[in-house]
Amino acid sequence: MTPGWLLRGVRLYGEAPVDLLIKDGVIAEVGSGLRAHGADVFDVGGLVALPGLVDLHTHLREPGREDAETVTSGSRAAALGGFTAVHAMANTDPVADTAGVVEQVWRLGRETGLVDVAPVGAVTVGLGGSQLAELGAMADSAARVRMFSDDGHCVSDPALMRRALEYVKAFGGVIAQHAEEHRLTEGAQMNEGVHSARLGLTGWPAAAEEAIIARDVLLAEHVGSRLHVCHVSTAGSVELLRWAKGRGVDVTAEVTPHHLLLTDELAATYDPVYKVNPPLRTACDVEALRAGLADGTIDAVATDHAPHAVEDKECEWGAARPGMLGLQQALSIVQLTMVDTGRLDWRGVADRMSARPARIGGTVRDGHGGDLVAGAPANLLLLDPAVTSVVDPAELASRSRNTPYAGRELPGRVVATFLRGVPTVLDGKAQA
Amino acid sequence: MGAAPDSSDPLGSATRRPLLDADALARTVDRMAHQILEKTAGAHNTVLIGIPTRGATLARRLAARMRAFEGVDVPVGILDTTLYRDDLRLRAVRALEETTEPPGGITDRLVVLVDDVLYSGRTVRAALDALRELGRPRAVQLAVLVDRGHRELPIRADFVGKNIPTAPEEQVRVLLAEVDGENAVVIISGGPS
Amino acid sequence: MKHLLSAADLDREAATLVLDTAAQMDAALAGREVKKLPTLRGRTVVNLFYEDSTRTRISFELAAKRLSADVITFSAKGSSVSKGESLKDTALTLEAMGADAVVVRHSMSGAPHRLAQWVRGSVVNAGDGTHEHPTQALLDAFTMRARLGRLEGLRVTIVGDVLHSRVARSNVLLLSTLGAEVTVVAPPTLLPVGVDAWPVEVSFDLDQSLPKADVVMMLRVQRERMSASYFPSPREYSRRYGLDATRMAMLAEHAIVMHPGPMNRGMEIAAEVADSVRSTIVEQVSNGLSVRMAVLYLLLGGAEVAA
Ligand SMILES: [Zn+2]
Repeated sequence: MTPGWLLRGVRLYGEAPVDLLIKDGVIAEVGSGLRAHGADVFDVGGLVALPGLVDLHTHLREPGREDAETVTSGSRAAALGGFTAVHAMANTDPVADTAGVVEQVWRLGRETGLVDVAPVGAVTVGLGGSQLAELGAMADSAARVRMFSDDGHCVSDPALMRRALEYVKAFGGVIAQHAEEHRLTEGAQMNEGVHSARLGLTGWPAAAEEAIIARDVLLAEHVGSRLHVCHVSTAGSVELLRWAKGRGVDVTAEVTPHHLLLTDELAATYDPVYKVNPPLRTACDVEALRAGLADGTIDAVATDHAPHAVEDKECEWGAARPGMLGLQQALSIVQLTMVDTGRLDWRGVADRMSARPARIGGTVRDGHGGDLVAGAPANLLLLDPAVTSVVDPAELASRSRNTPYAGRELPGRVVATFLRGVPTVLDGKAQA
Repeated sequence: MGAAPDSSDPLGSATRRPLLDADALARTVDRMAHQILEKTAGAHNTVLIGIPTRGATLARRLAARMRAFEGVDVPVGILDTTLYRDDLRLRAVRALEETTEPPGGITDRLVVLVDDVLYSGRTVRAALDALRELGRPRAVQLAVLVDRGHRELPIRADFVGKNIPTAPEEQVRVLLAEVDGENAVVIISGGPS
Repeated sequence: MKHLLSAADLDREAATLVLDTAAQMDAALAGREVKKLPTLRGRTVVNLFYEDSTRTRISFELAAKRLSADVITFSAKGSSVSKGESLKDTALTLEAMGADAVVVRHSMSGAPHRLAQWVRGSVVNAGDGTHEHPTQALLDAFTMRARLGRLEGLRVTIVGDVLHSRVARSNVLLLSTLGAEVTVVAPPTLLPVGVDAWPVEVSFDLDQSLPKADVVMMLRVQRERMSASYFPSPREYSRRYGLDATRMAMLAEHAIVMHPGPMNRGMEIAAEVADSVRSTIVEQVSNGLSVRMAVLYLLLGGAEVAA
């Protein structure tokens, strides 16, 4: 065990500077003028401390597409982004639809040790949408899976969706739905609207997302189950969620950083780095998403970090795979769109990027999402919100380069991340 | 895709030295018309082919003067040489100008090519190539208002209005009322070339 | 200009220059026995056709040859194009060959834009997916101007599968740049969501828009669209949106009928309309050659332009 760390002059949630002592994996003391007790002193005057971030939606690509990302490279990107836990999506090859695969991913995460990797189990066998996977076996495995999703695909069959919602109640699970009515998105390439009309790219109508959300909240209400909606992207979805929550439906939702910032106008470049599913929407949608995140209708920011090999992006728009990198720039985008605009303070950011996602995905049990108080597990990050930097894809930790932010000047830099008292990032550099 | 502007653009800060005024220019054209009539036995079986822009205007003027002097109607054609130039890649793309075959064509006739200034000879070379596509003349002769020297090809004019020794960095401009609003020949130096 | 990717790349002046140049090309070659100009000698034009389109490919090939360019054609069949080589690798190969211009036809919207990011030479969009076909729009405009003497204020009605039509997109952009008034007519299923942002009038009723039209442009409608419920049957489509002799009689005396080809006779256009004196379908083909010569000349006929 290290002798610990004394962080001097740290601003918890951006508030008044205090000292914070990390010892034996927990926050030992918070106060002013703390003594080091042999700990390494870290004079961090002015840095903002936030609880370690929790990502509900990460594609780590291992097993199967290790050329695009591995658990190790993805963990490094996550730690550099201030995350201490990530949920690894199930659409790997093989699909994470058995206890064996989820345990493999979980173990790879433990071996890397930079973040806690919580595997998401597939809802249906092979993401095929027709037969329930062994959800209970995955829940009972060493990975203790609580979140299930066919992400990349929608659980389209309403009867199957109903059964899945019901079934996971037995072990406190949640179904995370990728809401997309596929009959309305056949061949879809981008948001359907003014830009798709002009660019001759097949449209992905907002209604295809909203129709599934409407159906699923009604199903969740009917069977009294918990529903989580992945990557909400439209103003209409936000309204539906607001309505459902108003009725007391047990629904939560996430929004990605890119949907908080970017719009479908970018498709005019035909550069598939802007191709993502659900697609980038309009400025009106972006505004509604920001408002929904601010008022809590949307519970969490989740990255949908989706690394892709070069050949899957350096091609025609129509041939490219959808998805964007997100882990390393997530907090910067949230600072830019929510904090610097006055819509969330740092406590709000901690709630949407740590506390609520930890509750939704179940990583609270591993000590994530807690407050920065004495006695809590020392999962936290230090942020310098005052610096800005220009995103250079070559400098990213991911094995892939498909960031939509290349060349953009973004605010905020994660200086350090601690996982149970151990620095995974120090001075902006990953420690493994 | 825009094409280069025509060379009749404003002269800017360049200095302009007059060589021929309007009267002298008119006398020169008259003399050339006489010479052509004389050397072609009264413009017998002869056509004038002007090279745009000012060569075409000059060809029309020459034809008018020949009609005034001897009552002959000399057919006039216009031949744009742009598509035949071998130096296209040295400048921004040029807009094409009109090409009009003279009534009756050129085959077995005496063609007098008309241009305003003879310089490197490349325009004339391109014109000879372009002419070949229009037909097979009995002979081709060349009439220019100004020969300023500095030939890069073995080409000489049969009818010259005025020989004007120049330095390569100077420009000779023939200004014609139909195109430029005034009649004169000037030397430009110090401006953009 | 460096590339021709979209009709929107042309402002009024540039578009007019293309049309004027095409007319001069016509004049320069009129009545010639040998239809060849030395203009692009030593320049290499690559035709890269990922999609079969004999008509457009031959038109570009002939245009380049008439200007004495060296022409290489890669067609979908029998080249690396069909062997799964990526567009980027193909681009690098073309680069190594020293292609001065690449004429690309592709089934995916935006492929020419991508290509333009990877090659040094000029890229000409010869039709990309459901996006654009700018040289088709130029030849259509050329044909209208030749037949009717002007484009400014001309009333052009474009009828048919606007949603999937690259011809419609390019024509709408170019014609509005040139001052024509465009109406698009289609069943609502075959108009894109977002068409209200186009500089056009939208109508669902063909009969209403015919009497005031100077030009009627019929778009090809594929019968297969029926299976995706865009319309109930070819018969109903052609009753509501096809141009037959009865409808043709509603046109003004001077009005012309255009079609980019290939036609579905009996579907969007009746045989007696296609073969009538109003029809410009044959002229469109020969005008295509002049317009493509003009485009190649304007892209390659001068000093290299920085991208
Ligand atoms: Zn998804």
